[in-house]
Amino acid sequence: MQLERTRIEIVDCAKTYADGTRGLRPTTLTIEPGEVIALLGPSGCGKTTLLRLLAGLEGADPGGRVLFGDQDVTARPVEKRGVGMVFQSYALFPQMTVAANIGYGLKVRGVDGAERRRAVGELVDLVRLNGLENKRPAELSGGQRQRVALARAVAVRPRVLLLDEPLAALDAKLKESLRDELAELLRRLGITAVHVTHDQHEAFAIADRLAVMHAGSIVQVGDAEALYRAPAHAFVAEFLGRVNRLERDADAVARGVVRLGGVEWACAPLATAANRTASASVLVRPEDLQLGPRRPDWAAATVRHRTFLGERIHLRVEAAGQQPLLADVPRDSPFNVGDEVGLWIAPDRLMASMETAA
Amino acid sequence: MRPTTAPAPLLFVVTLAVSVFMLAPIGLSVLAGLVRNYSVGVKSGFTLRWLGEVWENYGSTVGASIGIGLACVAATVVLGVPCAYMLARSRSRAARVFEEVLTLPVAVPGLATALALILVYGQMASFRQSFGFILVGHIVFTLPFMVRTVAAAFQRDELRALEEAARTLGASFAQRFLGVLVPAVLPAIVAGCLMVFTLSIGEFNLTWMLHTPLTRTLPVGLADSYASMRLEIGSAYTLVFLAVILPVLWALQALAATLQKRYGT
Repeated sequence: MQLERTRIEIVDCAKTYADGTRGLRPTTLTIEPGEVIALLGPSGCGKTTLLRLLAGLEGADPGGRVLFGDQDVTARPVEKRGVGMVFQSYALFPQMTVAANIGYGLKVRGVDGAERRRAVGELVDLVRLNGLENKRPAELSGGQRQRVALARAVAVRPRVLLLDEPLAALDAKLKESLRDELAELLRRLGITAVHVTHDQHEAFAIADRLAVMHAGSIVQVGDAEALYRAPAHAFVAEFLGRVNRLERDADAVARGVVRLGGVEWACAPLATAANRTASASVLVRPEDLQLGPRRPDWAAATVRHRTFLGERIHLRVEAAGQQPLLADVPRDSPFNVGDEVGLWIAPDRLMASMETAA
Repeated sequence: MRPTTAPAPLLFVVTLAVSVFMLAPIGLSVLAGLVRNYSVGVKSGFTLRWLGEVWENYGSTVGASIGIGLACVAATVVLGVPCAYMLARSRSRAARVFEEVLTLPVAVPGLATALALILVYGQMASFRQSFGFILVGHIVFTLPFMVRTVAAAFQRDELRALEEAARTLGASFAQRFLGVLVPAVLPAIVAGCLMVFTLSIGEFNLTWMLHTPLTRTLPVGLADSYASMRLEIGSAYTLVFLAVILPVLWALQALAATLQKRYGT
């Protein structure tokens, strides 16, 4: 089954609720045809509001526009917008069978019985629900329900597929296997999809591009690796993974360095980014801290705490001039509490930390 | 895990005492309807004569009561379910006021409600003299029970999500209301029907004011027989009441249980 690939454009869409709260600040975003984009952020960041605006379940404030391809759908109600949506709780119709759930959208469109059975059969094959056609949602597992919800949403051949926390209702183990399955299914369908989640691993696994949201705005858009390696804001860095914050005084900022354990690191690229307000602190990920024996050109540090996590070890190390830092090292790391160690950070792993103007 | 089943003799005695206290009057009343002469007691022997007399004098009230009960259920479903939906979806102050007004007939004595109906519609002779007049009274009294029960079901978050899901799939209001929402709240509607039917069958004080000699329901007939005939006939009437109503209630409850099992989430 191949679906239409539609470009989606959101232009200056904002949402102010009746009680005056700002659900979404004016937002502009273009989603390429066939692209899977994740709206990622903590609860209350506006990601669900943006999704509902796209669906037509909420109306944008005047001035905002939503385009599907060349068509302006801003004024179209949800019933006529041609979207498919997978809800967080799946919202399967409890009194209907799996087949009736999947065929519902075709039924209300007046598609005749034979054609409907053919389409439902094709979708049942696609999401591998064979043999469960006559079960009711209450008799299915969480993963099966999710696949019914997906099949039901794409049955009407929507122009865009909207996924609202599609894995949130599942337990952690199942989640991991289903997210890969979902990613693969979306690629096979080739449909433009918007995936809302608060789980960065889920977004990494499923989406081509991520839009990280904070306090009602999109902070940064990019692919997972770019966002993880070069976050434009401290918020993005912290939301996508653990970070250590290295503080700098005015002198260090002026000279474009950061001091740690008696050693100075140049972080020139950050200081020369003239259009940014050079911030005092610099960020570094725990896995980018390298530990080894003491060496004169490495920072002097002491291991204060050690947590064995199975495949990794977390060490809390203390170095002069900074708050204790978290180091994420391989499980064979020989260091223990009290050890004097050398600490090295590759200069290109130091990240800028522009604060979000929230 | 099994619940603990430690013997609790005190609890058992209390339960037994309360049960006996409540069941004894019913048992005695049934007995009174079957003995030849209540003042003599069981010694006088048993007879079905009183039951026969009840059937002869008041048999028509059985059909009338069940008919009114079923009509009342039908009317409260047709009026109450859409009303419940609107109340569940609207956050306006007017909706809350309306909900209060709707509940008023439960708090106001039935006599007052009946009097109001008579004042307004009493001059319409053909309406006043029909069972329709009693039916209207019953609907006014039972509607809030249906509306409250169903509105609570419509208010659940899953129901909002179901409605939104149906909308994204292109369903018009009529399609999603009848095809998705009503089936999803069916257990609540059935529970409401059961309550409305039970209330309508047993309703006395409104009905007493609204009835005419030709439009009598079971409870009205019962009052009439107690007031104007032998105690044995009144008691036999109670027996008829139980014999007619209990099977109907059981059947409805079984139906509700089946539906709940089938459609419950």
